[in-house]
Amino acid sequence: MTGVPLSWYLILSAVLFSLGVAGFLLRRNVITVFMSIELMLNGVNLSFITFSYQLRQVNGQIFSFLVMVVAAAEAAVGLAIILTVFKNRATLNIDDVSSMKD
Amino acid sequence: MQLWLIPVFPLTGFLLNGIFGRRWSKAVIHTIAVGSVLLSFAWVLKTLAGLGDLSAAHTEQYFTWIQSGILHVGMDFTVDRLTAVMLLVVTGVGLVIHIYSIGYMAHEGGYQRFFAYMNLFMFFMLILVLAANYLVMFVGWEGVGLCSYLLIGFYFDKKFATNAGNKAFIVNRIGDFGFSLALFLIVVHFGTLDFGAVFTAAGGKSEGTLTAIALLLLVGACGKSAQLPLYVWLPDAMAGPTPVSALIHAATMVTAGVYMVARSAAIFTRAPAAMEAVAIVGVATAFFAATIGMLQNDIKKVFAYSTVSQLGYMFLGAGVGAFSAGIYHLVTHAFFKALLFLASGSVIHALSGEQDLRNMGGLGKKIPWTFATMLCAGVAIAGVPPFAGFYSKDAILAAANNHAPWMYWVGVITAGMTAFYVFRAIFMAFLGEYRGKGHPHESPAVMLVPLVILGALSLVGGYLFRVPGYLAPLFPLAVESHDISPMLISVAFGLGGIALAWVFYVVRPGLPDQLAATFSGLYKLVYNKYFVDEIYGAVVVTPVVSGSREVLWKGVDVAVIDGAVNGAGNRARGIGGVLKLLQSGNIRSYATWVLLGGVVLLFVMGVMGGLR
Repeated sequence: MTGVPLSWYLILSAVLFSLGVAGFLLRRNVITVFMSIELMLNGVNLSFITFSYQLRQVNGQIFSFLVMVVAAAEAAVGLAIILTVFKNRATLNIDDVSSMKD
Repeated sequence: MQLWLIPVFPLTGFLLNGIFGRRWSKAVIHTIAVGSVLLSFAWVLKTLAGLGDLSAAHTEQYFTWIQSGILHVGMDFTVDRLTAVMLLVVTGVGLVIHIYSIGYMAHEGGYQRFFAYMNLFMFFMLILVLAANYLVMFVGWEGVGLCSYLLIGFYFDKKFATNAGNKAFIVNRIGDFGFSLALFLIVVHFGTLDFGAVFTAAGGKSEGTLTAIALLLLVGACGKSAQLPLYVWLPDAMAGPTPVSALIHAATMVTAGVYMVARSAAIFTRAPAAMEAVAIVGVATAFFAATIGMLQNDIKKVFAYSTVSQLGYMFLGAGVGAFSAGIYHLVTHAFFKALLFLASGSVIHALSGEQDLRNMGGLGKKIPWTFATMLCAGVAIAGVPPFAGFYSKDAILAAANNHAPWMYWVGVITAGMTAFYVFRAIFMAFLGEYRGKGHPHESPAVMLVPLVILGALSLVGGYLFRVPGYLAPLFPLAVESHDISPMLISVAFGLGGIALAWVFYVVRPGLPDQLAATFSGLYKLVYNKYFVDEIYGAVVVTPVVSGSREVLWKGVDVAVIDGAVNGAGNRARGIGGVLKLLQSGNIRSYATWVLLGGVVLLFVMGVMGGLR
């Protein structure tokens, strides 16, 4: 990792995470929101890997594997939910799915 | 010696009749009920025969009831000579009254209920007298109170009967409150409730402590034994069937207070002030109740006040130190007062429910057996020698004379009044012309045999059962006085009372009305029982009821308790109303909140140095 300082990786990670947050908050399309979540997870993963490499410890890498597994499971369940919602309501707008309110 | 069998027989009878009695015929029901008491009586006899002369107490321990810190309470029974006397009275007189009930209750509804309660009463009464510590005694004490309540309110479809039951129960609560306070004091100061241990240790305690305990015990005894000022429930208790009045409210339960005082003699004798209180309560009650008894027109009310009065005698005996004389009177009183009640029950039975003396008269020829047995009881209670009441009353009055002459004189005057009101009732009911409407008929043999048995005991019981001599190891006899003039005076007063009743109600029947007219103020005062019920109603009952309604219900209950509960509910709804605004259903707003939370956390951790 010579030449590339640690802070660059962390800044990239923070940028990815912030993009994810922004997308999650601002976009209405549920697929986009979903992708934003993946983006946040990967931003976190990147910082895990960075610290793991920097500190010469394997923990961070194990964590990132865990996050990937969770992300995969989440994608499977989440996409299934989105499919079902779309079948029932013919919409992907997240603001229209609020029937649990009351 | 299997003491536990003694109370278990009636308990079995209660359970059988209480659970299955509804489906059984009357013959089965009363066979079980009377049989269980008979077995109990037989077992008492066998036990006492097996225990020899009982010079030392025989105690049996069954199981640990309560083990808590220093306090150990066992389910223990004990028998000494005092218990032996009580056991014989309770099971013996109880058996006779059970037999009588077969005839008396034959035409009443609730046959199995009546006998089940009577057996339950026997169970608790035997627990009470067999107990080897105060707590087991208290179990019996409360149990007989419960049965008293149930049997006073036996005719539960009649308002006055249920009211009388409530009154008995509530007035007894006051006494029992005192009793339980006494138990707490005993636990605090002695660390045990066992009779033996407490009485052994009593010598080392301060007089103040013992006086406090003794006075609280006296409060309990006043409630149960209907002494001033808690006697008001007993006259009303006559709303129950007559055998109940005889068994519970004359012979056994109401004497429990006397038994308890005698049992606690080791405490009382070391607290002279409490002894004086016992004697004063006793003599005052004896006099007070006797005056009321002279003017009652309900035959059972006469004997109810007579019971209160005679219980006062027993307290007088115990209070002046003659515990054995008090127990002596308890025994003879169980004979003649049970007989008076049973005989008056026979009269009521003969007249199909009539209880008013003014509607009787001339019954002597129509129901001669009842008349004869009632005369036996009459001479016994009037203290005519050599019948039962003479011995015990003489023993009490002699002890009172040694202690304080004024108590003796009040007792003697009371003896005269006792003779007067009993013979007034007898003369009004049995002599003269019949004033009623129905056709009196003599009671069946199943009622007459108990009357005859008790009649015989009333005549010779005092001579046969020399209770003070038997109890001498427990309660040392007072020094015998050779001066017989106090005895002669009391006998003279008794005979005088009878003679006065004869003059008033046989020779010149118009005389009582003239006297009543002459002393109308006094007459009205006594006739209305000194307005004690009315005074209690105004001073105690009304303030309690209105206080409960205005303060406790509308104040404490509605404002404080309901207010707190409803307030908690309303507050929760209010907070929920605010919080529900957060639940917009908009996922992006939730995410915003999450983000905000995360930022705040980061801020706290990063800038402020963590949550410490």
